Amino acid sequence: MDTLLQQLINGLTLGAVYALVALGYTMVYGIIGLINFAHGEVVMIGTMVAFTVIVSLAGSGMPPLLILGIGLLVAVVACMVLGWGLERVAYRPLRHAPRLTPLITAIGMSIVLQNVAMIIWGRNYITFPPMIDKQIYEFGGASFTNVQVAIVVLAALVMIGLTYLVQRTRMGMAMRATAQNQHVALLMGVDINRVIAMAFIIGSALGALAGCMVGSYYEIAHYQMGFMLGLKAFTAAVLGGIGNMAGAMAGGLLLGIIEALGAGYIGDLTGNFLGSHYQDIFAFMVLIIVLMFRPSGLFGERTGDRA
Amino acid sequence: MNGPSTKRPYWRQHWLGLLLVVGVLLAVPFVAALGGQAWVRIANFAILYVFLALGLNIVVGYAGLLDLGYVAFYAVGAYCYALLASPHFGIHLPFWVILPCGAALACLFGVLLGAPTLKLRGDYLAIVTLGFGEIIRIFMNNLNAPINITNGAQGITLIDPVRIGDFSFARTSTFFGISISGPQKYYFLLVALAVLVIVVNIRLQNSRIGRAWQAIREDEVAAKACGINTRNIKLLAFAMGASFGGIAGGVFAAMQGFVSPESFSLMESITILAMVVLGGMGHIPGVILGAILLTGLPEALRYGIEPLQQAVFGRMIIDPESLRMLVFGLALVLVMRFRPAGLWPSSLRRRELAEATD
Repeated sequence: MDTLLQQLINGLTLGAVYALVALGYTMVYGIIGLINFAHGEVVMIGTMVAFTVIVSLAGSGMPPLLILGIGLLVAVVACMVLGWGLERVAYRPLRHAPRLTPLITAIGMSIVLQNVAMIIWGRNYITFPPMIDKQIYEFGGASFTNVQVAIVVLAALVMIGLTYLVQRTRMGMAMRATAQNQHVALLMGVDINRVIAMAFIIGSALGALAGCMVGSYYEIAHYQMGFMLGLKAFTAAVLGGIGNMAGAMAGGLLLGIIEALGAGYIGDLTGNFLGSHYQDIFAFMVLIIVLMFRPSGLFGERTGDRA
Repeated sequence: MNGPSTKRPYWRQHWLGLLLVVGVLLAVPFVAALGGQAWVRIANFAILYVFLALGLNIVVGYAGLLDLGYVAFYAVGAYCYALLASPHFGIHLPFWVILPCGAALACLFGVLLGAPTLKLRGDYLAIVTLGFGEIIRIFMNNLNAPINITNGAQGITLIDPVRIGDFSFARTSTFFGISISGPQKYYFLLVALAVLVIVVNIRLQNSRIGRAWQAIREDEVAAKACGINTRNIKLLAFAMGASFGGIAGGVFAAMQGFVSPESFSLMESITILAMVVLGGMGHIPGVILGAILLTGLPEALRYGIEPLQQAVFGRMIIDPESLRMLVFGLALVLVMRFRPAGLWPSSLRRRELAEATD
């Protein structure tokens, strides 16, 4: 019982992070139909920027929470600029190119960002300085830390805010309209370029936030961390139905929990034939099985063969 | 337009060009050897990637199925060879037995993956194939306990080279006074295989199956309405691409003498896809060009960047390995920016693109 609860808590934390990153994928995909492979790298750059700011402010005598806040803010702003720049420089000129062209551009950008990060921050693992005094709470035989609570609460708040933005504001309405039909949205006076840039900017901001969460949770950062994280988050987005924001949130949480439960129970289930290092296959196994029965993801709309 | 006449066979019209190509292909290993055997190996890899890229071209270029896990089939072929021709299990089968086995096994995996998932739309299929590639890699990485099948992350070493009777591809031998080294022998084997895959590609392009694939690529619903059994035809593309991946894997294992899961990462799949798209999807000469360029460019950069930095700054300022990848990534971005249909697209595709942007 306590294993179950413990893994659920860990899964929820991880799932909150996946959900935030998945939102970045799904917003861009929903609007321009591009798998933005460089998004994982944006998350990594966010983590690295936050790390640099925090380390350089650590000796200044400011309260640790303020330093963490400044680091987070700088990272979010840096990633917003990065996301905007990526869209402007790499993707916008390819808006009418064949479908696979921007995908290769995204892969190229991902390689570029990874190596720029390696040149700046080196190829070794970086210890993310713990800024929050870790407190451990006990609950029903399972334990969790205040960092985990902060991650889940913050992610929930951000997701509520984003839902408000998309459902209730003019910008959100423009985004939904563009996602449905670019040409008609254009005729209705929506500035398509602005909407697409906004999707990249918001997605990157969420990514930076998620990156800082991962950094504070695992207390470690690496120039390749964005790759697997991005892959999992993308899987989560597809699981929920790519292009669907509620789906991305649900998919992220679900994936986090499935992974944690899988890692906790795989040994028992297979009589120790498969160990917990098979953790990473759960995400993909579940994905394949779900898509076999629901080809548009859990919450995706059923679309025809031609969108 | 005086297009090529269909009456005379292709080789009769272009015999001069073909002769030139054959001449260059024959000369490459000997010219490369002047710079050391390392360059012959690079040439070998270029041809191996031509083979792989053309295999993937069937899936992505013709049938329009985005496959991000192509390397899984390559891995299956490589491990099949490694397990059946190494001291790991003590089995030493000859390569002509194993290569078809590897191709068949890869084909089986292709069907196993394709059958339940090929009804998915474009990008959903992409992520499923990607996931499949990762699953295969993770299994190869971890199947060393409790029963040691793949030897985990250490990989399998001492794999037998290709051998026909007493004629081993690992040694240097002399023919008519010309000494031919191991890598050079593999070069000719690879060229022969590449010619095979090129012929298959050309023959498929205008066959009934090839036209069915292109119909599915352009509009699946319309293709179905025309009486094409889309599921079987898509599955065929998938299986065929997978078989070529399996053969390439077998040759890779024999040539390297060593396989480990590290060679079959997602990045490898992505690189092969980049070759297809960068060269010009669905266009055979374009794909060949893409594969050769993307294999050659990183190697050329490896030899070019270090001396260049030394000359300009007098010391190493930036880690050459990351600078190399940086330039590689930028090259991908720039080529796609200025030639969105690829470096050498087919004329049909170029026309379509020009119409679409009007």
